[in-house]
Amino acid sequence: MAAEKTTIFSPETAARFDKLVTIYPVKRSALVPMLLYAQDDIGYISDAVVAEIAERIGITELDVRNVLSYYSMLRTKPVGKYHVQVCTNISCMLRDGYATLDQCKKKLGIGHKETTADGLFSLEEVECLGVCCWAPVVQVNYDFYDQLTPEKLDKVLDDYREGRGKETK
Amino acid sequence: MPSLVSHPDEVKILSRRFGQGAADIEKYLEMDGYKAVQAAIEKGPDWIIAEMKASGLRGRGGAGFPTGMKWSFVPKQSAKPKYVLVNGDESEPGTCKDHLIFLHDPHAVIEGTMIAGLAIGSKLGFIYLRGEYRYLLKIVEKAVADAYAKGFLGKNIFGTGVDFDIVTQTGAGAYEVGEESALMESLEGKRGVPRIKPPFPAVVGLYGGPTVINNAETIATAPHILLMGGEAYAKVGSERNGGTRLFGISGHVERPGVYELPMGYNLKRAIYEVGGGIRGGKKLKAVVPGGSSTPVLLPEEIDIGLDFDQLGKAGSMLGSGGIVVLDETVSIVEFALRTISFYQHESCGWCIPCREGTDWLKKSIGRIYAGGGMEKDIDNIRYLAENMMGRTFCPLGDAAAMPTLGFVKKFRQEFEDYVNGKARSETPLLQISGAH
Repeated sequence: MAAEKTTIFSPETAARFDKLVTIYPVKRSALVPMLLYAQDDIGYISDAVVAEIAERIGITELDVRNVLSYYSMLRTKPVGKYHVQVCTNISCMLRDGYATLDQCKKKLGIGHKETTADGLFSLEEVECLGVCCWAPVVQVNYDFYDQLTPEKLDKVLDDYREGRGKETK
Repeated sequence: MPSLVSHPDEVKILSRRFGQGAADIEKYLEMDGYKAVQAAIEKGPDWIIAEMKASGLRGRGGAGFPTGMKWSFVPKQSAKPKYVLVNGDESEPGTCKDHLIFLHDPHAVIEGTMIAGLAIGSKLGFIYLRGEYRYLLKIVEKAVADAYAKGFLGKNIFGTGVDFDIVTQTGAGAYEVGEESALMESLEGKRGVPRIKPPFPAVVGLYGGPTVINNAETIATAPHILLMGGEAYAKVGSERNGGTRLFGISGHVERPGVYELPMGYNLKRAIYEVGGGIRGGKKLKAVVPGGSSTPVLLPEEIDIGLDFDQLGKAGSMLGSGGIVVLDETVSIVEFALRTISFYQHESCGWCIPCREGTDWLKKSIGRIYAGGGMEKDIDNIRYLAENMMGRTFCPLGDAAAMPTLGFVKKFRQEFEDYVNGKARSETPLLQISGAH
């Protein structure tokens, strides 16, 4: 049935969703992962994403939006190709987390929740990433860079700019 | 990738496979992998629960509830299916231990989930990881797939006629989902707001069925307890605090890292010997002993054993075992503001004392920090925090109020110095608290 329908997702994501709605005792349990995987695929949660996910699970679009607005990783607007997330929570704060954030701001020329004009980078100050003993830490999309020094951070951002950065999906 | 550290005082039970390549199922099998669950199938639920009770293991998420007792609360007969739920939503600032378990020993989590399932008569377990842990989710997913391929999961596991399935789940960014009932809501595809208790999850949990929910570290410890015996495990720790724990030492120490130390291990020694002392030879100012929600300790209060009871007696908590060390250069007002900013950001807004309380605490501390505070703001902070305590569905309200009270009570002079213009912020306020 799903195969006959048009989907806005890539074939891999569509296939994943076909399976995801079958593995739980209740279909709706797939909602949070589906939203995150949809975002990975499309870049953000667009109106079309909300509509298709609502239909796949069999809930209303309002139900989807209600959940969407709760989770801090989910976003309704596009970000840069490389979303740079800097932790400034206590363990990172004690080990130059704010200097790390400042360095990112200067180097990328953007502030919190802003995107570079070329669409390559966006920046966000985030809460604890669970990497406290290896502070300071930055997460680029899903990849962590820990025990950062100014030199290491420079190299991480340069690598992404030149297309040599890691990309865990 | 997070680096591993080591110290001679460590007792490596849970972490003995770290750095050994045990995410590979063959290596895990070489290192006693899946032996405990086979013993559990053979000897049955009563034996499992008796060993868990004898072990003295207490929940590693932070509350410290005895695990064996928790498992024994699940009714034997149930009209609805029973579930095991593994909480890998690790989000308490200062805590990064589950990160290492998923990275180095994912099969221990799987095996522990199966053991919990056998103990309570469940056929389905969920392993829930926070959304940011995508690379770890992939490691766990591969481990689950390998276990299925070997016939360790699915129908008729190990050829014994027992069925057990595991589903992995990703969150999408929410501290509150680390609370057990909020996690169940999230897993049911809803906003992660807490449920009122009772009924407790052991009776009415996920999908309304009896549910055991444990922290990932608790679950990963279960196979080791069955292998070495509950009593032997208990002996490693202190009184009523069995075994070892993964303590994360972060902040201003020379050798930050995650160390496996016996329960009851001396906090001062953990900082000065294991963690290598204060960075740059500076003086110690304060210690947050068990994650950001636990009340701060002064340098003269740290000659104390790291277990649930001793820290409780000292007016703090063992919490999640995340020890955050502050040297003399730290402004407590700034640290308090960063802490409350986090809780204000993460409050789900369901209970008014938490939603309003965290917001007003942040505003009040923020005003003091910015140099516009008044003497009465300090008393207001205490009044607000004291009135949040115990008045919310879940412990997030307490988690925000308790550390705040600790800072204001133990470092009142610093708050007064800001009010009286004797101290001032070096960081603009907006940078520290305006971002969220």
